Amino acid sequence: MPTAASADRLGRLLNLVPYLLARPGILVAEAAADLGVTERQLREDLELLWVCGLPGYGPGDLIDMAFDGDRVTITYDAGIDRPLRLTPDEALALVVALRMLAETPGMGQRDAIERALAKIESTAGELADAPVAVRLPGNDDRLATIRGAVQRQRALRITYYTATRDEITERVVDPMRVLVVAGRGYLEAWCRRAEAVRLFRVDRIDGLVELDEPAAPPPQAQPSDVQDSVFTPTPDLPLVRLRVGRGGRWITEYYPCEEIVAESAEHWLVSLRAADLGWARRLVLGLGPEVSVVGPPELAEAVREEARVALAAYGAQ
Amino acid sequence: MTTVLDRPGGEPSAPDTASFERVSRTRTERLVNLVICLLSTRRFLTAAQIAATVPGYEHEVEDPREHEAFQRKFERDKADLRELGVPLETGTSSAFDAEPGYRIARRDYALPDIPLEPDEAAAVGIAARLWRHAGLAAAASSGLAKLRAAGVDVDPDATLGVEPVVTVDAAFEPLTAAVRERVAVTFDYRTPEDDAAATRRLHPWGVVCWRGRWYVVGHDLDRAAERCFRLSRIVGTVRRYGQAGAFSPPRDVDLISYVARWSGPVERTGRATVLVRPGRGAGVRRWAEEVTPGPDGDRAVLRYSDPVGLAAWLVGYGSDVVVLDPPEVRDAALARLREIAAAALDAPSEAPEAPEVGSQARGGDRAGVT
Repeated sequence: MPTAASADRLGRLLNLVPYLLARPGILVAEAAADLGVTERQLREDLELLWVCGLPGYGPGDLIDMAFDGDRVTITYDAGIDRPLRLTPDEALALVVALRMLAETPGMGQRDAIERALAKIESTAGELADAPVAVRLPGNDDRLATIRGAVQRQRALRITYYTATRDEITERVVDPMRVLVVAGRGYLEAWCRRAEAVRLFRVDRIDGLVELDEPAAPPPQAQPSDVQDSVFTPTPDLPLVRLRVGRGGRWITEYYPCEEIVAESAEHWLVSLRAADLGWARRLVLGLGPEVSVVGPPELAEAVREEARVALAAYGAQ
Repeated sequence: MTTVLDRPGGEPSAPDTASFERVSRTRTERLVNLVICLLSTRRFLTAAQIAATVPGYEHEVEDPREHEAFQRKFERDKADLRELGVPLETGTSSAFDAEPGYRIARRDYALPDIPLEPDEAAAVGIAARLWRHAGLAAAASSGLAKLRAAGVDVDPDATLGVEPVVTVDAAFEPLTAAVRERVAVTFDYRTPEDDAAATRRLHPWGVVCWRGRWYVVGHDLDRAAERCFRLSRIVGTVRRYGQAGAFSPPRDVDLISYVARWSGPVERTGRATVLVRPGRGAGVRRWAEEVTPGPDGDRAVLRYSDPVGLAAWLVGYGSDVVVLDPPEVRDAALARLREIAAAALDAPSEAPEAPEVGSQARGGDRAGVT
């Protein structure tokens, strides 16, 4: 029995009558686009509603509608003149998302978001007493500045700290959009230096000048898919294999890992892709005795050599 | 020109596809009729009265098999309506009614009027899109569809200039539902430091998004104390147990500050001076309070709270950064370098007594979280 499908469709139909009632004479095509269904599907829905109602009841008995060319008007609603109340999940989804927007640093139109949130909360009544709190701190001013530049569609000269190479560079970028992923702000832009789309962490943009020229990302500049993670390791990056003690295991939550194998009670073998071996060297040195390098050998050698040189710099061996 | 279409007589004209679709269509039609019927009545209607009124329920009442089929159909339809959130009331209208009947109270059914201004409606539309494919995406879009049905026009192209990407862990939905219904939950929980997951039992008070990570805060039944858990560390499913309404969260509990207490910013009262090789150690320079050029390198002053954590981070920069002062940081850095050098010489085996690992950049956000 196609219960889920009928329930889905039932929900859609119960919305459709009040939707059309609120928009007399709407174009069928326009309504379909607005409701996210095909025109054919909408016509099938209308045809179904057309035979609904209670024979022998009210003045019209059945739901009635008039077609004027490609336009439709509900002339008798059979009592379905309002949509259903929000379910707890619907109220939660909208309230939490609005709280996210309201809490997102650098967000424009904050006033409209707050007003909308208040109205949805009061409509949903006790449902909106959503047990979910949101706080996304940080970089408020800088994000607002960057958002302004993006909205004015200006190219930017940025001073950017690249953590993987531990270097600060100047580059001219064509901004595309501003994102907040997992609580961090990012500027997505076409980088003229790298000739590629890059995500710049806002807290690593140390300087910013709005240029007197328009942002012009080339046609091949496509937004990245950041749904799962901002950094998606690719197989062409060097695979770093580490033996990690208990106190270093936090790296498996912090960096995307390809493989984690419990080698012994204390030690895990962790494989991850590093954008840069210099970065991997800093990571391993920073983790100290909690981590040793299994591979590649040049990383193990680099760590060993760097520790030796550093000890010499301290005047110690 | 207005045309009035011919209404098909009797059975609705079936789509020319599979019988599956025909069944589904007949069923949907019957459900719409049931809603119309129950919305239009003030009295509670018995199943028999409903069968006599709603097209699609016609059957021979005297025939036990037909009647049983009707009852099954009616039960399933009621379940469908409840699933959709239709507030189906049960009761009797008078002492003469032998069996309970059904009705839908309009005030419970209908979405109240929401007078959203265009900019507010745009914000709601953007909010609903935040879920994309995550978590409550379906609920967000059906909620938005109801607002549209209530006459709210939502500009699909509106933007706010900053796009938050919302992702939630699998435990988000069962936990928020449990909080809402005040049901105790149990789940397996594992931090990276643990060798095996431990089963925890919790009265969940609320779910918190803090710095982009999700936590649940509540009363831990085994520890008999308040605890918060990171959702990403929950292994497997969240199971409910016991009755709904089993507990009451404390009044005015501030969920955010509870999580923030464990993972909030730390006070950096210490000051360390380090020597940075010219042109190197960009990450250290960015963190420095001040950088002064000198003959043997640049002197950078850094604020810190945990000397060992700072030393670990600085050791990451190898020979580019040498700690000058204070001794607690310098000695920690030296000790670590010696350990690394020693470990690198031996074949890596058991690690010596490990100091707590932490880095400036990481901000210690795992400290104290259960």
